[in-house]
Amino acid sequence: MKILVCISHVPDTTSKINFTDGDTKFDTNGVQFVINPNDEFGLTRAMWFKEKQGAHVTVVNVGGAETEPTLRKALAIGADAAIRVNTPATDGFSVAKQLANVVKDGGYDLVIAGRESIDYNGGMVPGMIAGLTNANFINNCIKLDVEGTSVTAVREIDGGKETVSTSLPLVIGSQKGLVEESDLRIPNMRGIMMARQKPLTVVDPVDTITETASVKFEKPAPKGAVKLVSPDNLDELISLLHNEAKVI
Amino acid sequence: MSVLVYTESEQGKLKKVAFEVASYAKAVADQLETTVTAITINTDDTSALENYGVDKVLSVSNSELNTFNAKGYAEAIQQAAEKESSKVVVLSSSANSKYLAPLLAVFLNAGYASNVIAAPSNTAPFTVKRNAFTNKAFEDMAISTDVKIVGVSSNAFGLVETSGSATTEAFSPSITDLGIKVESVDKASDKVSIADADIVVSGGRGLKGPENWGMIEELADVLGAATACSKPVSDLGWRPHGEHVGQTGKPVASNLYIAIGISGAIQHLAGVNASKVKVVINSDPEAPFFKAADYGVVGDAFQVVPELIEKLKAFKAQQ
Ligand SMILES: Cc1cc2nc3c(=O)[nH]c(=O)nc-3n(C[C@H](O)[C@H](O)[C@H](O)COP(=O)(O)OP(=O)(O)OC[C@H]3O[C@@H](n4cnc5c(N)ncnc54)[C@H](O)[C@@H]3O)c2cc1C
Repeated sequence: MKILVCISHVPDTTSKINFTDGDTKFDTNGVQFVINPNDEFGLTRAMWFKEKQGAHVTVVNVGGAETEPTLRKALAIGADAAIRVNTPATDGFSVAKQLANVVKDGGYDLVIAGRESIDYNGGMVPGMIAGLTNANFINNCIKLDVEGTSVTAVREIDGGKETVSTSLPLVIGSQKGLVEESDLRIPNMRGIMMARQKPLTVVDPVDTITETASVKFEKPAPKGAVKLVSPDNLDELISLLHNEAKVI
Repeated sequence: MSVLVYTESEQGKLKKVAFEVASYAKAVADQLETTVTAITINTDDTSALENYGVDKVLSVSNSELNTFNAKGYAEAIQQAAEKESSKVVVLSSSANSKYLAPLLAVFLNAGYASNVIAAPSNTAPFTVKRNAFTNKAFEDMAISTDVKIVGVSSNAFGLVETSGSATTEAFSPSITDLGIKVESVDKASDKVSIADADIVVSGGRGLKGPENWGMIEELADVLGAATACSKPVSDLGWRPHGEHVGQTGKPVASNLYIAIGISGAIQHLAGVNASKVKVVINSDPEAPFFKAADYGVVGDAFQVVPELIEKLKAFKAQQ
């Protein structure tokens, strides 16, 4: 099985979010970038397929040269090869088109992408790849088994989960639950050394038009001070929630 | 040229979000000086939609679509959009709508904005405000394709009632191979889901163990709320994964979020900040969550919560 894991290069979860150029650009100053957490769960599941079923795992990112350390990290975790599509990741649809092109070129059976990236939260890339490559698609995937070309999976739904069956070729939107948190891997020295010898291929982008564009960013207005209620006066809390906030 | 809105139902009944997305579609239609067409799938009674600005309902009845299927639903909505020559398609940000929207975007070659929180600020270029960076910022996004898809965030736009009347038309889209088959669904039908809930009661590691969740459930029960938890709580196996909220868990955009024994780490806050009113109960007055909360009680959850339950019961009985 040939697996492609899409890796989004995102600000670490503790990052303070700021903007520059008149609030039109994300300020990368002092920001630590990491593998998108939703993608990390998918990458870890891909490692399982590699080790238990002999799958070949390629990781891919659409972005400039600055994303290469993130791809190298994925190689150090155990991916066999990496591809970087050499164009800035501007909008979700264009990124999906670049990735769909990589999928078609490489003839991948299984494509794993995160349910959403934690920066722009578009939640569109996995579904769009599936639509563009005519593959089956399972979003919010929290369990995935493949036997030959048959697939059984579990996905999270609002208020529960559902078990589904389908076949390859398949795209999944991965998320927490797909593997145990404790199974996530930190690259070790040997992995880091080996990653240096693994191929990281830079490919040119295909022509796409930009469907959506960020015009401006804004940060939420600072919060007013909290109103503290004494634990001995919970009637006041109920009254505030009823009369002032009007939520109960 | 109608604005098309996909109004979700569950077991044949329209969901609350259906009225919210219809209200949103009406606002867009007013800006574009056009009408609103709703598409419903296997919904028994669609009449209430006319109170939220819908002029016409395309009612799909298809047993193949009895369980949700992203591709099948996207095909149905695509064909409705083409029939109505819709330039704007509105849907919610439920898990199902977020699942089908990217497929629909490919089928319609449309730009898609998810987590949208306000009516378009401009229609040419078509510009919407959305949550980004997991609620740490807003993004104004311009969509330049001929057809645009807008995914409205829950509780962001609200319900806007109008008086009107809607015609209903049976609509039979042709559905191709669905690709994915649902084998079984595991859902507690008597429980409010986090996505649908107006109120969410959430517990953190401060509750010390799963055996103490009875009071969280009871508080949720009194309020008609959904229950949720912080990440370590689900990692420790005290609560199911599906209840974990935050940046890497489920997003919460309820009207009221009650956080009990949760410190308010940045990853937790990011995912719940879209909630309108936040109440924090924590024994540590320095807990970061107090900075993000509207109301706070500094106290021991094991004393505060049982007392709050009793007082709320009395309050509800008077209502
Ligand atoms: C990549 C990444 C992603 C993450 N994503 C998420 C996410 O999506 N969601 C999430 O929640 N976390 C997430 N986290 C974890 C996050 O950083 C925090 O560790 C977590 O939110 C803390 O959970 P907690 O508040 O329940 O526990 P703690 O930090 O242990 O806090 C417990 C709180 O309970 C209070 N308390 C103790 N006893 C009592 C009592 N008797 N009565 C009242 N209060 C009491 C304490 O004062 C304390 O404030 C993520 C972390 C990382 C690194």
